[in-house]
Amino acid sequence: MIPPGAVSSQASDASGIVLVAALVLPLVGILLSFLVAGRYTRGMALILLAVGLAVAAGIADGVWRTGHALTYTSGGWLPPLGVKLRADGLSAVMIAVTAIIMFAVGLYAPSEFRVRQDKAETRRSFSFWILLFAIWVAMNAVFLGNDLFNLYVALELVTFAAVPLVSISGTAGTLKAALRYLLFALIGSVLYLLGTALLYGNYGTLDISLLSERIRPGLAVWLSVSVMTAGLAAKTALFPFHLWLPPAHSGAPPAASALLSSLVVKGSFFITVRIWFDVMTGLTDFGATQILGAMGAGAIVVGGVMALRQTRLKLLIAYSTVAQLGYLFLMFPLAAGAVVSSGVTLALSAGMFQAVSHAFAKAAMFMAAGLVADAVGHDRIAELRGIGYQLPVTAFAFGIAALSLIGVPPTGGFFTKWLLLSASVSTGQWWWIVVVLAGGLLAGGYMFRVISPGLAAAETPLVFRSPVSRNREIIVLVLAIFALLMGMIPGTPLELLQVGRVHLTRAALP
Amino acid sequence: MNVPTILGICAAGLIGLGLFSLIVEPQPLRKILAFNVLGNGVFLFFGVVARRGAAVGLFGDPIPQALVITGIVVGFSATALAVALLLRLFDETGSTSSRDDAQKESKSERADS
Repeated sequence: MIPPGAVSSQASDASGIVLVAALVLPLVGILLSFLVAGRYTRGMALILLAVGLAVAAGIADGVWRTGHALTYTSGGWLPPLGVKLRADGLSAVMIAVTAIIMFAVGLYAPSEFRVRQDKAETRRSFSFWILLFAIWVAMNAVFLGNDLFNLYVALELVTFAAVPLVSISGTAGTLKAALRYLLFALIGSVLYLLGTALLYGNYGTLDISLLSERIRPGLAVWLSVSVMTAGLAAKTALFPFHLWLPPAHSGAPPAASALLSSLVVKGSFFITVRIWFDVMTGLTDFGATQILGAMGAGAIVVGGVMALRQTRLKLLIAYSTVAQLGYLFLMFPLAAGAVVSSGVTLALSAGMFQAVSHAFAKAAMFMAAGLVADAVGHDRIAELRGIGYQLPVTAFAFGIAALSLIGVPPTGGFFTKWLLLSASVSTGQWWWIVVVLAGGLLAGGYMFRVISPGLAAAETPLVFRSPVSRNREIIVLVLAIFALLMGMIPGTPLELLQVGRVHLTRAALP
Repeated sequence: MNVPTILGICAAGLIGLGLFSLIVEPQPLRKILAFNVLGNGVFLFFGVVARRGAAVGLFGDPIPQALVITGIVVGFSATALAVALLLRLFDETGSTSSRDDAQKESKSERADS
């Protein structure tokens, strides 16, 4: 569909203006959060989030219809002097997923962060909406950035919005978790910055499109890509840098956990994809990607085993995030092993599909866990016996999300695993097949530990501290159904992912 | 040995020192300081890149300088955020150590939050 060289072809800036809207809209939200009185914040936020859905749809539609990446050159300055915003298929899909999950979190969160008519606004409710918008603008900047330094700034914005969200309840445990998260993130960002300095020193540009044309294999490239990837891995919580994730994600309020686990960690992953697939087009070294894949495999196994051992529901879900993030990194060895460009496409699609279906499933799961914890006042798995009878909709949503994480057909998780397996077979890397299957078994194990007592008949029904809102249950269910649908309608998203991409394999290089 | 080379070696030294202490030091405050040393090494390296790029006849390549300004601002905000978290942690617990098991803490809090 896309002719070679389409990567630098310019869609007109007129259609690119919608990219600016994706950045301006959340910023307006941040400013309005300071102005609007507490009890109207929710309404204002929901309006902006709904407009955000429309903007995301506009970007996806523009990318899909033109078959090109949308671009916007800020101030009319072309790279390498200016900074270009660029939305290709990957960006369009991720922006859409972000907008959907943001909207769902916005609808779900109010009961936690609602300002009561008779009470003064609290610090929590005030800062939650600001941080929500801040994460949104930062994520969109990550997806739209086409300049490695711009991406650095966007990455930092993600961190600065995510860290306070972890400690929003202000208790000692969450403060510690936030501090540990921040320290890991700081190592990551400074290593990433070092890599950009090395690249700029060698090639005189940080624009991804220009860099991919100028870059040549050599020590400087390997050094810079290594430190950047290490830094991004620390931010993505790739094994063995995952230590910060479980306390941070399980300590945050459920709405925040959903954002952190489903979206925030994907930001640094997305930049890793940009570097390995867009900057290093056709230069990916097979041996180096095997290391990345091995770290992913370590995450799948260690995350799965740790999840099996947890007694708290939220910690179990957080460790499951560690495991699921591992699958994302299997795409690098699978793409590097491909000898035809369709093999690269297959591996890339598998990774992005995992990012998307995990985002929906994990958001649904954390929100479901939040509803349960709200209702019964704790999240000790052993004491949730029979919850499935008392909260059938929540349990159903949790079950669908669990099936997707395990990889049972016809869910998005199954489709991801199927893509990963076929990429492993076609590139002859059988060892990843073992990892994917073992990961599925482990996921089946730890999800069974939750679902089995949840669906067992309890002698005495659980006592609820507060009733569960049916509307919130439905939001969770809708997100879980999105995870399910990803496996049923894979065609269009897969084609959309390919817009604006040029895949070169090493075999295709001169 | 010319000036950029000497400064480049200094930058490498700062980066090495910073990275070493960032990994080895257990105290969060020392880690924050180590992050600043490491960051300054990277900023200095940007300066070296700017000077080397100036070989075409300019005094210095302006783009790395612009990047460094942004980098310094980001590093400053990061430090401010980290110190604010640390102070808050000190207020809550009377200690700035993050040594004990943070997981256990967050577990016991879930129940009452």
